[in-house]
Amino acid sequence: MRRTAYTVIGVLILCVMLFPVYWMVNASLQPSGNTLTAGFLPLNPTFSGYRRALDEQGGNLVTSMIIAAGTVVLSLAIATPCAYALSQFRSRWVSIGLLAILISQMIPGIVIANALYTAYERLGLLNSIPGLIVANCSSGIPFAILILRSFMLSLPPSLVEAARVDGAGLFRALVSIVLPISKNSLITAGLFSFLFSWSDFLFALTLTTKGGVRPVTLGIYQYLGTQVQNWNAVMATAVLSAVPAIVLLIAAQKYIAAGAIGGAVK
Amino acid sequence: MVTLTRTTVAGREKVRGRRHRGESLTKVLFVLPAVVAMVALFGYPVVKNLLMSLQDYGLKTFFTGVAPWVGLKNYSTVVTDKLFSDAMLNTALFTVGSIAFQFAIGLGLALFFHKKFPLSGLLRSLLLLPWLLPLIVSSATWRSILEQDNGILNRTLMKLHLIGDPVPWLNSPSVALIAVIGVNIWIGIPFNVTLLYSGLAEIPDELYEAGQLDGATGWRSFWYITWPNLRAVASVLLMLGVVYTIKVLDIILGLTGGGPANATQTLATQSYEKSFIDFKFGQGAALANILIVISFVFAIFYLRSTRRAIDE
Repeated sequence: MRRTAYTVIGVLILCVMLFPVYWMVNASLQPSGNTLTAGFLPLNPTFSGYRRALDEQGGNLVTSMIIAAGTVVLSLAIATPCAYALSQFRSRWVSIGLLAILISQMIPGIVIANALYTAYERLGLLNSIPGLIVANCSSGIPFAILILRSFMLSLPPSLVEAARVDGAGLFRALVSIVLPISKNSLITAGLFSFLFSWSDFLFALTLTTKGGVRPVTLGIYQYLGTQVQNWNAVMATAVLSAVPAIVLLIAAQKYIAAGAIGGAVK
Repeated sequence: MVTLTRTTVAGREKVRGRRHRGESLTKVLFVLPAVVAMVALFGYPVVKNLLMSLQDYGLKTFFTGVAPWVGLKNYSTVVTDKLFSDAMLNTALFTVGSIAFQFAIGLGLALFFHKKFPLSGLLRSLLLLPWLLPLIVSSATWRSILEQDNGILNRTLMKLHLIGDPVPWLNSPSVALIAVIGVNIWIGIPFNVTLLYSGLAEIPDELYEAGQLDGATGWRSFWYITWPNLRAVASVLLMLGVVYTIKVLDIILGLTGGGPANATQTLATQSYEKSFIDFKFGQGAALANILIVISFVFAIFYLRSTRRAIDE
């Protein structure tokens, strides 16, 4: 009896906490113009907000997708061998490296943006997808190193040892033994790199100066810029931008807690 | 699968010796890309900001390539700006207010979900959603909720006769900061719940059983068993909270843009405005560096509290 009461209270807490998420979906389905005066339920749902969102922000969604995918690939490619090295080799450089990663997390994004803007200006990387991918790796790489290393630490040394006795070099041992076993932690690191990059707003805001390359977070910000005209289009874009988070939550539940805890060391 | 071949110890040693040189090169190659990336993405920006903060680095620098050295002038300019003390105060209020409530509510919810009941795990993972949403999406959503005339919050509060007139949540200098802090608390709760819950899960049940024999129940068991065992997680969480909250930009820009009348301007938003709206990169860098110094003071506490965790 008491347990059921707890479940009821838990559901109520969840309703309160997730109300804004519900409201976002509700508002996205309301007819344009009177969105804010709309009721609690989308009794006459319309998809005009979505039509408009896809019209105006569809390209930006694709841009975000390309940038996030690029960030995942680049972050994992750089972080994986490093995490492996940091987990396998005993050296005082390991703790220095980890300390450097921790300190890097104290550096505000605006510092990175300031410096990259001036460098990109010279290198011609402003308003470019590669430029944003590289900038977003500043959150992907350290996170991936920490997640992957903490998993690889748990691998029994005999595993790699065996491969090497058979004549495999370090690189082959990594590719054919360590990587397949580390699949889950690679997925976790990859998912979070994707999410960090997908959510990026600061680099999108500072490292793009004209319309050519515009991630969807920046699109939403520009909707919010002046008096908001069409709340249903804004909220429809918000819903579309929330899809990766929702998919992540449903598909990868078991990895998320690990990621959140890994993020604590971050 | 690789099978263990039978090799004599001596044979293994020989193979290792031959490989040794090649392997130390491989080790370097493994780490090198990450080192390069970290230096380019963190090392270079810190040095560059330090230099920029000592230069008159403005819009014309991009055309002429010239950025004259001005010593500490940028620092004195930003510190004596009448906005600076406001921004400092807002940063402090935003950080302390956000973290105190995120932590307190997070702890309450973690304790609640730690009780065993049906669906507890499912509800707890759904609770993570606000943390996974892009911050600008949360900002946009909350802006619609907090809208003065037609926002659902004011409409509900008025219907309940809790307020007579709509509250200008984001439009009044006296309320805007509270509203922004409130939104940031909402965003931070899931992360706090998750970490504190994992901290609670690590406390062995035997401690509570032993405590019960000694008469420690309810508040006493929390105070004498739960809290002392949670302190390591809590201190890491609080320091992390400071380091992350102090540099938050998305939420404030999305909700108020630092307004109204600079009421929600923080060091981070100021730094952004100086660099990217006014194109005074020298001053923006000076503000950012002040932000780094403040973060580092907390970082020292943070590193001390996590040192044990890293060594393990």
